[in-house]
Amino acid sequence: MDLLDRQIINALQGGFPLSERPYADAAAQLGTSEDELMQRIDAMLENNTLTRFGPMFHAERMGGAFSLAAMKIPDADFERVTGIVNRFPEVAHNYARDHEFNMWFVLGTETPERVSSVIEEIEQETGYPVYNMPKLEEFFVGLRFEA
Amino acid sequence: MNQCADMKQLQAPLLDEIERQLIKATQAGLPRVARPYHAIGEQLGISGEEVIQRLQSMLDSGIVRRIGVVPNHYALGYQANGMSVWDVPDEHIAELGQKIGALAFVSHAYHRPRHLPDWHYNLFAMVHGKDRAAVDEQVRQIAALLGESDRGHTVLFSTKILKKTGFRLS
Repeated sequence: MDLLDRQIINALQGGFPLSERPYADAAAQLGTSEDELMQRIDAMLENNTLTRFGPMFHAERMGGAFSLAAMKIPDADFERVTGIVNRFPEVAHNYARDHEFNMWFVLGTETPERVSSVIEEIEQETGYPVYNMPKLEEFFVGLRFEA
Repeated sequence: MNQCADMKQLQAPLLDEIERQLIKATQAGLPRVARPYHAIGEQLGISGEEVIQRLQSMLDSGIVRRIGVVPNHYALGYQANGMSVWDVPDEHIAELGQKIGALAFVSHAYHRPRHLPDWHYNLFAMVHGKDRAAVDEQVRQIAALLGESDRGHTVLFSTKILKKTGFRLS
């Protein structure tokens, strides 16, 4: 990652222009060219420096819902359960964590009801309970990652 | 509280068909072409101007949180990602949550339900650092801020990303 990559990451975590030539407009701000910016974003997606590029949607405002859910899985069964959980398109993120509750995933569904049905399906297919921890309140945060 | 959250969701504005199509066309990312919104419009049978105008209004209404890059924080050297979880008195959680959320190193802060007796933490704060020692120091700062309201806490470090695709409309 060189200086331009870092500048792209620091400048474009939001506010990508809504204009006819957004790459050209963003590139001008960064002092680079339209082609170079497109190539850099492509390369950083390719090598996994970026996980996504584009609009980030807010599921609740779409009439859907997000929830965080946790499971306690024995190590020997972890891989099988990961396969089952990750197969659900509603599972947006899934992290392994070093705790008795060792699997934590975020569900994004089109309806609030779908959260509980996905949870039931996961419980049935895996044989383990799922602890549903929907947010009751979100507190203001401002962090952006500095590259 | 749960019922309250459900009510908010029921009142949420629903999408029209063009918005749904637009989400489906862009949820995997924006194309890297000079006129990406026009390319999407062509695909959907609407003008590039309409794509831009629709995305702008979805940004204004909060359906779109933001448009840009999402860095992989591991790749940026933020190797230690701790989910700190806290047992604080329910009656003070709004005030305590605001304080914690305002800390520069906290990326997300939420009130979530307890699952007694297995899980008694109700305040979640995600903290990110270059290593675990940096995260541990941040957790000490949160504990100091909470004072007597901290009735117990722990930090769950992520050891692996098992999946990260973001929200998808099917």
